[in-house]
Amino acid sequence: MVRRFLPLLLLLSFVGIAIWALTAEREEQVRSKLVGQPVPAFALEPAIEGKPGLSSADLAQSEGPRLVNIFASWCLPCKAEAPLLDALAGEGVPIDGIAVRDRPSDILAFLDEHGDPFERLGNDPRSEAMIALGASGVPETFIVDGRGVIRYHHQGPLMPADLPALRAAWEEAR
Amino acid sequence: MRKLLFVIGLGLSLPLAAQGSLAPADYANRQLEDAGQEARAAALMEELRCLVCQGQSIADSDADMAGDMRHLVRERIQRGESPAEIRDYLIERYGEWVSYRPAPERPIFWPLYLAPVLLLLIAGWMVRRRFRRPRP
Amino acid sequence: MIAEFAHGALWLAAALCLMQLGLGVAALRGEQAISRAIRPIAAIQALLVVTAFAALIWLFWRTDLSVALVAANSHSAKPLLYKIAGAWGNHEGSMLLWLTVLTGSGALFAAFEKRLEARTMAASLAAQAAIGIGFFAFLLLSSNPFERLNPSAVEGKGLNPLLQDPGLAFHPPTLYLGYVGLSVAFSLAVGAMLTGSVGSALARAMRPWVLGSWIFLTAGILAGSYWAYYELGWGGYWFWDPVENASLMPWIAATALLHSVGVLAARNALKAWTMMLALIGFSMSMVGTFLVRSGILTSVHAFAVDPERGAFILFLLTFYIGAALLIFGWKIGHVRDSEPFEPVSREGALVANNLLLSVILALVFIGTLYPILAEAMGEQISVGPPYFNTVIGPLALILALLLFVGPKLRWRRGGPLFSPLGIAGLLLSAAMLVITFLLGWNLTILERLGLSIAPGLALASLAPLWGRNLLRTPAPITGMVVAHLGLAVLLAGMAAESGFTKERLVLARPGEQIEVGPWTMEFEGTRPVAGPNWTAVEAELRASRGSGPVLLKPQSRYFSSPPTQTSEAALATDWDGQLYAVIGQGSESEGWQLRLWWKPLVTLIWLGGFLVTLGGLIALIGRWWGEWRRRRRLAGSGYRERRAW
Repeated sequence: MVRRFLPLLLLLSFVGIAIWALTAEREEQVRSKLVGQPVPAFALEPAIEGKPGLSSADLAQSEGPRLVNIFASWCLPCKAEAPLLDALAGEGVPIDGIAVRDRPSDILAFLDEHGDPFERLGNDPRSEAMIALGASGVPETFIVDGRGVIRYHHQGPLMPADLPALRAAWEEAR
Repeated sequence: MRKLLFVIGLGLSLPLAAQGSLAPADYANRQLEDAGQEARAAALMEELRCLVCQGQSIADSDADMAGDMRHLVRERIQRGESPAEIRDYLIERYGEWVSYRPAPERPIFWPLYLAPVLLLLIAGWMVRRRFRRPRP
Repeated sequence: MIAEFAHGALWLAAALCLMQLGLGVAALRGEQAISRAIRPIAAIQALLVVTAFAALIWLFWRTDLSVALVAANSHSAKPLLYKIAGAWGNHEGSMLLWLTVLTGSGALFAAFEKRLEARTMAASLAAQAAIGIGFFAFLLLSSNPFERLNPSAVEGKGLNPLLQDPGLAFHPPTLYLGYVGLSVAFSLAVGAMLTGSVGSALARAMRPWVLGSWIFLTAGILAGSYWAYYELGWGGYWFWDPVENASLMPWIAATALLHSVGVLAARNALKAWTMMLALIGFSMSMVGTFLVRSGILTSVHAFAVDPERGAFILFLLTFYIGAALLIFGWKIGHVRDSEPFEPVSREGALVANNLLLSVILALVFIGTLYPILAEAMGEQISVGPPYFNTVIGPLALILALLLFVGPKLRWRRGGPLFSPLGIAGLLLSAAMLVITFLLGWNLTILERLGLSIAPGLALASLAPLWGRNLLRTPAPITGMVVAHLGLAVLLAGMAAESGFTKERLVLARPGEQIEVGPWTMEFEGTRPVAGPNWTAVEAELRASRGSGPVLLKPQSRYFSSPPTQTSEAALATDWDGQLYAVIGQGSESEGWQLRLWWKPLVTLIWLGGFLVTLGGLIALIGRWWGEWRRRRRLAGSGYRERRAW
């Protein structure tokens, strides 16, 4: 008797999964699995003249936590998050940048227009550092603590609403 | 996720909002000279998922990021890394999501690989009385 | 005016649909007289919906920008064919198309099915009306295609350029005919279970609908696959993408049903199983529609995705499938099945066919949905071609081996397992296997087995014609043989494409020569070209191998509304394969990015698919013809067939 209603049970489990998929807050992007791990090795040439490039060694021997921002001059959301990064830099938060698939002249124009929050700025023409960090697009932002361990990963542009979580992670990374 | 998505073929027709004006990486669209290496790279690229696309392998995607990943794969193969090492390198970063081949050694995939065996057993059990025993 | 008129027609049709349900239920409860009214109601209802659909096409044809749907999906500067195809190239229009097919097949069924017992007929028409009401509600309440725009738009937004392709213009309607045609089998199963009349007569009534749907599904999948092959420019034809799987699942269910309904018709056996498959067939159509429309799975073919509408479809499918499965659980215990089968018999082979197809169907279903399940458990994963090929490939090959013996076996009796042609086919396959090793072909196991099995299967599939007068062979048998032969051809094509394809990626300057497999291709240069609503860079490639050269002209197209870039692959077909060229980015100074493939025997995939579809058509037309002749004979002998009601 029960067996004859088995197909109905299968249907209901499918419907359950489907309802979950329709209603749950689902990840739209692929999270980096490296949170909690040391920054993988990479060494990037300076992206523009007059500013040092960025390597994992720089991040490992830092005084305290640092923000690492992956961006590009051709990316629209990066323009949207620029004012917030500028404000953070103004507060004294050390920020390093990785410019993905970009040209020095374009980066300079971008920094001129949207402000320059970066202490170091590495050039990543082949997305190697971006992939090494487990980022899947631009912009993305990492918090790396003083020992060079990745503590936080944010995908997409940083918006004011994201600040509390970012600050909490920052305090924890100190 | 709950916002109204009205996407028509988003993955296929890349909007012209540029993904950067830089020329593609060396090995994004160029094959390795060694045919054996290229074959290994090509097989792996078919099984790696493009991170910014709507479900395409990096071999099939026109996205710049997919091009950079193809470059990474070919370059590492050329350096002598095995496809398994490269796959692991990417899985370490992006999780199993990046690989189209479910790894049989991970418990999360056991149901997938048990399914065919289980289903065949169930099927066999279902018809056990449908057939007459072969006459002696 | 036309829009309002069409909208009114839809409401009227919905009311008639409700009436059909009421009358059907009344007839089921014994009010025999009432049931006479159902047939005309079904017909008028279909007529109204067809009128509304024709009106929508007319509005798109005229690019009436005061209609919101037209403004959102069309453009005055679009070629006529795509203006018309634009009518169903969007959510609202495609739902109207769905309803058109649903009511249309309901009307055809009501008009032409005359042999089925009256109560079962009434119950089935009631079930068909019940399905119709849900989709009428969906269309009229949440996706009205005739909504006006005030003020009307100045210009339309255009149709996605990738969809502006003759193959794709007809791919959705074809698939829909298949999807929705299965609703008749579904309704028949529900009706027969309610009246407890599951048997050969029911199977004979169901068979043409299953066969017809199956033909459309096959053709629709082939069209979609060929479209992906030449339009996407990746050289592949099947990616195991969720949307592709969504169209494959109803096809697998319909294939299984097609075979089991034969057993039910001939042996009055496999009753519960056939009813289950009939329910699964249309269920898979609805599940597929839900997966595609809800966007819960990431797909390259994401089309008109909208979670809210997905929720509506989910509600409908839960209700219909749930109700049908309840009826199944409640009624199927009363259905008595036949004696056990002889293991070596036609029905035995068909049971094996059904089990394998069902396992394959379940695996496609599980593999497609598993990423969501894993995500619910907190892991992001992908299940892609390596999995599907690994688990489904071997099962498909076992099915192919079954075909060496199955079609020639006799009903009921045990007997010799192999026919002469079956043995010959097996020997040929074994020889082919040895040859692949002797020639040192570097192939995967599946490719090697596929290439070996295919020629033997082609030979063995002819076995049912052995010893028959070809002119007098019943059409259903000829059709079956052609379809099975097509499978062998298809298998050969898939294995060869996978094993022998040569790919070249180059950055080439004009004048350069590129070797692709046996071909030498000379890159002559590029030139700008313009179409009605696009501009393009066109490359000219001269390919030769000994014989005269072939010209290939791949394009990189730029559409302005909406702004999109697409690549138009160039194909050159020779007797033993296809050359495939795609042009990517580049410039005169740097050179152009070219992707070139030589795909030996890939044409067999399309030829095989064509044969499979043709086989279905032959069988269907043959059965119609036979039925028609039977009626003529009865009429000629002075006997008036008594209408069942």
